[in-house]
Amino acid sequence: MSTPLLELRNVTKIFGSKTEYTVALDDMTLAFDENLPKIIAVVGESGSGKTTTGMLLLGFYGPTMGQALFRGKPLSELKGPDLFQFRREVQAVFQDPFAVYNPFYKVDNLLSIPIKNFKLADSKAGARDLMEDALERVGLRPEETLGRYPHQLSGGQRQRIAVARALLLKPKFLVTDEPVSMVDASLRSTILKSLRAMNQEFGIPILYITHDLTTAYHISDYIIILYRGSVMEAGDVDSIIRDPHHPYTKLLVSSIPWPNPELSWGGTEEMIQKSQVAFKAITGCKFAPRCPYRMDICDTKAPELFRPQNNRVVACYLNRDNEVLSRADLSKVFAEA
Amino acid sequence: MQRGQGLRGFLNYIRRNPAFGGGLALLLVLLLFSTVAGFFVPKEGAYPLAVMPKQAPSAEYPFGTDSVGRDLLPALIYGTRMTLSIGMIAGCIGLGIGTVLGFMTGYFGGLFDTIIKFFVDVLMTIPSFLLLITIAASLPHPEDMGVIQMSLVLSIVAWVQPTRAIRAQVLSMRERAFVMMAKLSGMSGMEIIIKELMPNLMPYLAISLAGAVNGGVLGSLGLQTLGIGNLREPSLGMTIYWLRYYNAFLQGYWWWIIEPVIVIAAIFIAFLLLSIGLDEFANPRTRRTV
Amino acid sequence: MSEPVLQIKNLKVYYYVEAGAVKAVDDVSFDLDFGVKMGLVGESGSGKSTMALALMRMIKPPGKIEEGQMILDGTDLVGLSEERMRQTRLRKLAMIPQGAMNALNPVMRIDKQLVDGMLDHGIVLSKEEREERVAQLLEMVDLAPKVGKMYPHELSGGMQQRVTVAQSISMEPDVIIADEPTSALDVVIQRQVMETINRLQQKLGLSIILIGHDMGLMAQSVDRLAVMYAGRMMEIGEIRAMFRNPLHPYTQLLIESLPVLDNKGVFSGIPGITPSLVNPPAGCVFHTRCPKAWDLCREKTPEFVEVQSGRWVACHLHTA
Repeated sequence: MSTPLLELRNVTKIFGSKTEYTVALDDMTLAFDENLPKIIAVVGESGSGKTTTGMLLLGFYGPTMGQALFRGKPLSELKGPDLFQFRREVQAVFQDPFAVYNPFYKVDNLLSIPIKNFKLADSKAGARDLMEDALERVGLRPEETLGRYPHQLSGGQRQRIAVARALLLKPKFLVTDEPVSMVDASLRSTILKSLRAMNQEFGIPILYITHDLTTAYHISDYIIILYRGSVMEAGDVDSIIRDPHHPYTKLLVSSIPWPNPELSWGGTEEMIQKSQVAFKAITGCKFAPRCPYRMDICDTKAPELFRPQNNRVVACYLNRDNEVLSRADLSKVFAEA
Repeated sequence: MQRGQGLRGFLNYIRRNPAFGGGLALLLVLLLFSTVAGFFVPKEGAYPLAVMPKQAPSAEYPFGTDSVGRDLLPALIYGTRMTLSIGMIAGCIGLGIGTVLGFMTGYFGGLFDTIIKFFVDVLMTIPSFLLLITIAASLPHPEDMGVIQMSLVLSIVAWVQPTRAIRAQVLSMRERAFVMMAKLSGMSGMEIIIKELMPNLMPYLAISLAGAVNGGVLGSLGLQTLGIGNLREPSLGMTIYWLRYYNAFLQGYWWWIIEPVIVIAAIFIAFLLLSIGLDEFANPRTRRTV
Repeated sequence: MSEPVLQIKNLKVYYYVEAGAVKAVDDVSFDLDFGVKMGLVGESGSGKSTMALALMRMIKPPGKIEEGQMILDGTDLVGLSEERMRQTRLRKLAMIPQGAMNALNPVMRIDKQLVDGMLDHGIVLSKEEREERVAQLLEMVDLAPKVGKMYPHELSGGMQQRVTVAQSISMEPDVIIADEPTSALDVVIQRQVMETINRLQQKLGLSIILIGHDMGLMAQSVDRLAVMYAGRMMEIGEIRAMFRNPLHPYTQLLIESLPVLDNKGVFSGIPGITPSLVNPPAGCVFHTRCPKAWDLCREKTPEFVEVQSGRWVACHLHTA
């Protein structure tokens, strides 16, 4: 098997001090192969560790334990041409359409700087062509967007430029962190379509980090459900959303407000906790304190990844009558069946 | 929020920000006083035994004269020039050092940051004025100190506040998404500091400069008032030193007392207004749009 | 009660900036009946947030309530003196703000913050009465009594939001304006907070205006829906009727663009961008993006008319 493009190996990330700390990610192993152009969604509430996963993969956070690797080399040790290649091949689209722009410069900067640094064009005219092409692909008109300052454009336009940037660069891996949550509903589809086109036309694997299960369902092939830093359920998005096995996944799916006044919010009352449990080091399943199916074993030992189907794993003892997949092999669930 | 174009835009801004306008105007008056007026008034009058001593203000001596025969008009003109020069040179050196250290420690952190932070903390704890007195008085010939030397002494403490302020700004800016984007676009650390961070921090640099210059003026005045500084030159602080030495209060030479005080007050008010004005410029309103 | 508890008549709120007058709310009218939950939905630039501020009379310069009336229980809020408006806030008209962490005082304990408003309105309570009221309010929003002794930063986002809900009902007002109360929260907590609000509404008989951009949330939470676009009101109707048979093309497109957990991979949006509010398009403000626009739409602004009982729409398709 070839070296994966990007990898997290037994990564744990802890924030805070010795007395007050949060475990953002708990012993996570994930590997992405550049030849598997799928869209993988990482879904969870705030505090689930989903943004941390993205930041670790981009090298903006360092793991507390474990390693984050690019083509087999630890991110912290990348220097010179290796670091350059890493930045060239791994790109991102972030949540806030305003924050990614330096208010001092025109929006062209966002596109022209990587073109220059990564030598994607030989001339100014060539660079201009690249920029205009990418903007048109995301549904923007270059004459209305280039030459403007960020505050002169709408949030939707700015986010589309950020997506155009990713298109232009054609990276080997794209991390998107809530790319549409700060964009108007009517524009979300356009942006999601562009992302999907990037995946299907150019074969770029995309990591889609979000708390919105609905858009995750629409755009991705696989899904990882995180809760407080641990994987609850992962695998084929269709089967998981239509038929969730993990109690937490069930809770998430039932909490989505159906845009249909005839159908009311589903789910059972008992799922909804009355008070927050202080998060201290939890042994056992992280979801146990809120779980209506809690058993004794759930409190003592964290469940392994049980594999009821080839393309799904569930970290829940309710599924224990199945073979176990080692955490190190989580990515096998995303391989073609 | 587009900044207005050219002069009209600038004047418009002044109208919206009267503190800045007022401070700038006052500073301009002081500069004119200390430079242009100097073309008409010869410097010789500012030294002892130049004219009749102890004269109240009159047509011949508009600002009066002091106990040793200094014409106070040229004394104040050249004194203001000296004080402002010292303040500006010390301020610029302080800001220069502060900018470099602030950016480097804020962005790169590490051992360098720890070392500089240590010095900053130490210098913040020691009363800077006492430190200045100690250093200035220990120099071989403090009574012959020139403008440059005084500025250098002051810059020993002038760099501390700018470093702290800039470092704090850089620390918070470092986490912003556009810096992440810059990294993803292959920019190096130094490139990010110069091209991405510095333009956004111009307002803070301006405020730090105003503060550093003000601090320089204050420091030099303090030293001179105590008699540490060039005893011959008619700096504002020295004028105050001499008026105390010669008991101007008891002698009733009110003009000798009031005039330097007014000039010094004007300098401080000018910088205060500038700070208020720059503060308004730098804070929330502009932070998003620069 | 036949008279609506709140009547908005031809409200205009303009912001005066260098470029001109931004018509944030332009000639908006609607009624809110007693005990009804009304949703006000719109995207960025629609004017819905301005509506919330206008209702609370919290528009600051360069904004100004240009024209119109806001009649709450017979009194026009637009003309009220600041002192009388102050007395109206919380007692008759309360707001649940977006982002509770910014609305709560970080250095004040929760119990004090809950009674603060009441004390400000001149209600005198003994220490026991205060404690009792705090316990009552906390219980109504499903928070444990010990929360009273805590500080806002010790609570989670959802709990903070529920505290602001408790604050809003502390004087049992007639109308509550909930300005995107759940936008900072995740799905699970969102549901809890919305269910708390719904329960309270039923128990206390409040009228609620729920402002937001999430049609899905609206579908699950309100009785009537009002759709705004670029400062104008496009359509109002009973929620089921709106979803079953949206009359205005914008409403139709909004509903169609919702991703549903049904048809995977089907994306549809609304092409184009929101127009300038300083120079809105002539005629119907939506015509630049409307798939059904024709000549009349470019020339004449459609009137906001009641085309069926309780159903209002501003569209030439239905009113010409």
